[in-house]
Amino acid sequence: MQLAVLGGFVVAGMAPLLHRWFGARTPLVLSLLPASMMIWLLGLWPVIASGEAVLLEWAWVPGLDITLTFLIDGLSWLFALLILGIGALVLVYTGDYLHGHQDLPRFLVVLIAFMMSMLGLVLSDNLVTLFVFWELTSITSFLLIGFHHGDLSARKAAQQGLYVTAGGGLALLAGFVMLAQAGGSWSLAELTMRGDALRSHALYLPMLFCLLVGAFTKSAQFPFHFWLPSAMAAPTPVSAYLHSATMVKAGVFLLARLHPALGGTDAWTLSLSLVGAFTMATGAFLAIQHTNIKKLLAYSTVMALGTLTMLLGLGTPEALVAFVAFLLAHSLYKGALFMVAGILDHETGTKDVTHMGGLRHVMPRTAVVAAVAALSLAGMPPLLGFVGKELMLESALAATQYRVVIVGLTSVAAFLTLAVAAIVAFRPFYGALRRTPRTPHEAPPGMLAGPALLAGLSLLFGLAPGWLDGLVVATIAGLGATDHDVHLALWHGINLPLVLSLVSLALGLMVWRRWDRLRAHLARLRPFMARGPEAGYEALMAGMVAAAEWQTRMLQNGHIRNYLIVTLLTLLGLVGHALLFRHAPNLNVPVAAYPHEAVVAGLMVAGAVAACVMRSRLAAVAAVGIMGFSVALVFVLFSAPDLAITQLLVETLTVILLVLVLFRLPRFATLSTPTERARDLVVAGLSGIMITLLMFSVLGGERLPRISDFLVANSQPQGHGHNIVNVILVDFRALDTLGEMFVLALAAIGVLAMLRFHAESGGTAPTPPRESENG
Amino acid sequence: MEPLLAIAIGILFAAAIYMMLRRSIVKLVIGLMLLSNAANLLIFVSAGLTRGGPPLVPQGLTAPQGTVADPLPQALVLTAIVIAFGVLSFAVVLVRRAWEIVRADDLDRMRDTDT
Repeated sequence: MQLAVLGGFVVAGMAPLLHRWFGARTPLVLSLLPASMMIWLLGLWPVIASGEAVLLEWAWVPGLDITLTFLIDGLSWLFALLILGIGALVLVYTGDYLHGHQDLPRFLVVLIAFMMSMLGLVLSDNLVTLFVFWELTSITSFLLIGFHHGDLSARKAAQQGLYVTAGGGLALLAGFVMLAQAGGSWSLAELTMRGDALRSHALYLPMLFCLLVGAFTKSAQFPFHFWLPSAMAAPTPVSAYLHSATMVKAGVFLLARLHPALGGTDAWTLSLSLVGAFTMATGAFLAIQHTNIKKLLAYSTVMALGTLTMLLGLGTPEALVAFVAFLLAHSLYKGALFMVAGILDHETGTKDVTHMGGLRHVMPRTAVVAAVAALSLAGMPPLLGFVGKELMLESALAATQYRVVIVGLTSVAAFLTLAVAAIVAFRPFYGALRRTPRTPHEAPPGMLAGPALLAGLSLLFGLAPGWLDGLVVATIAGLGATDHDVHLALWHGINLPLVLSLVSLALGLMVWRRWDRLRAHLARLRPFMARGPEAGYEALMAGMVAAAEWQTRMLQNGHIRNYLIVTLLTLLGLVGHALLFRHAPNLNVPVAAYPHEAVVAGLMVAGAVAACVMRSRLAAVAAVGIMGFSVALVFVLFSAPDLAITQLLVETLTVILLVLVLFRLPRFATLSTPTERARDLVVAGLSGIMITLLMFSVLGGERLPRISDFLVANSQPQGHGHNIVNVILVDFRALDTLGEMFVLALAAIGVLAMLRFHAESGGTAPTPPRESENG
Repeated sequence: MEPLLAIAIGILFAAAIYMMLRRSIVKLVIGLMLLSNAANLLIFVSAGLTRGGPPLVPQGLTAPQGTVADPLPQALVLTAIVIAFGVLSFAVVLVRRAWEIVRADDLDRMRDTDT
């Protein structure tokens, strides 16, 4: 399976090539990839149904404990099946939706890559591998949202999605590290067995916080919900696939995966159920304010993700059953509805539902499919959505903490969702036929096949929910609820959830009837809504840019001096601190010097100081020369004949060079103000003192065993040379000397190039007038 | 002798850094020369000083007799002297070239690539 997933990435890369061979049929051909993997997965069903987990091991980086092990249990099996199944349908759908689009190959590359990343994400057993796939889905999602990259709003939406999900990804990584540290393993299968140890660990709360931020950003939970509706700038197949059925569920999947390991505590239950319930209500409330069909659906996806999070937070076996039923129902109907939305957009040329009407006359089949899927969204019998919603309401009613809040928010979400379903599925198809930018026709079969199949499954499983019992049992076993009998049924008798459903039906229909007037009322809330989390995101991004500009102005100001001063002050601070407080230098080194040695040292200092204060260039060069020759004398006095020879040679050459070039250089000028000079003097003086103190601490310090002893002992026997310094240069460190030769050669080429360049352009470059020296 | 040279090296560094902080490009070059000499001495003195014991092996022997100076810092400094000369000659020509084109001696006026 690992090979299949990795191979899938290769197939993704080959999509442009396939496109050359198969042309417009490429998406159909490519849909064979997920289809075949799906068949393989279905073959595993007997094992999964028996409640066992399949562990496919593959060491990747054994030294770092990173494996590419796949863990296939009920939960990942269900997710993988959804990813591959809907993926295959979306590919078929894409064939017609992007028919003849010039960027189709690029689209297919990213879409297949996303599919494989998502598959890797749900199947990974190792946290590191999971994280890699997690980030890959963020990146591919970014590329797909920004598919129409010529469009500014699409680029902005893509960026927003990437920043929010990748920012959450960073928190997730921190959470994973803490999780692995606390649990002592990177393997999810092992971590889920160490739940008690993890829950009582000191890092539990920070770990939970980081993981929740990661999962909430990915799954668009409040207050990170805003990126998902913006992501609707993507082509509709992407919205149907990534932003409703698969990627946004990655966060929910992760929460479900970690439920056995981390779930059950008060912190978990409260944060998940309250955030989930609040996201539900917010999503549903924001949905009815929009007339763009994709935004309507996107906000209802936010609502559904909130529901799933809330159910995981409640965490009872009943809630987990509801989680699975709702997850499956949502994937089926929302995938279908998004594809219908794409058909409407494709056929009419508008996304605004208020501009459509009476389309059932021209596209009756689409109308039927939309109606079935929308009934499931609304939670009407006899569809799977009804089963999921009844179970969800039951679980919400059984909540032990904050019951009133949760039930209240759930009911609000329920009737608003009903209104959304009615708006999406009935408004465009009923009433009088309205003129649209394009003349609508019935959708091509390739585009209708996907939604029809998904809607058909919603109806089938709604009529016979008992068929799903085995799947639900296997899935919640992966969630930690074993030995729980499940009997999904359409009819639960007359109970409180049913009453709530009927009330929400009445309220939802009322909202639908008065939708236009309601929207006008809600428009007054705009100024208040503008201060939501999205404004916070914008402010944060603007602030980041401003901070970057500020620090660039401060640090990258183009003045060499400022860079140097900042570097020196940093060095002074760090080294000075260590010198003063850690290793006080030993100042009691005996001064044993002969008079002539002291004279040489004095000459050296005098030369250096004179070079600084001389106002003439020639005098300064002469002073530097004096200092250089004094250094050569130091080498002579202290047993370094080779150094002395080299120094004398180089000093001579330097002086000749300077004298040659000097008169072509500008004269010394006093450019700095006295304050600047005083500042520089202080910095330079402090640096000098630091160097001296450093030397004292080196000289007074302990001598470590010297490498030189080896060099001295082996110079003649192994290097066959009597001058040890020479042997080191050409034998022991010969490569170093080779490098040095390259540096010198490069410098020589550079010098030559600059001089030659001058010669060639001599006519145009102004030659400086010869100046006479008068210092 | 080491403490005396330590103080001298400190002064050399201070002089070099002061010159490198000037705005005049020629002074920058002088600072560069002072700095390379100061750094070479720093390495040389840090290893400790030895009088009258050059690191040579007398003819016919396989190892020097008595104490000799540490050869390793000498080898390192030898490399550094030569490299410093390469850097200096490059810098000098570069400064000359910049002066010819920009006609500005002030580093503060050389802040972008447009001349």
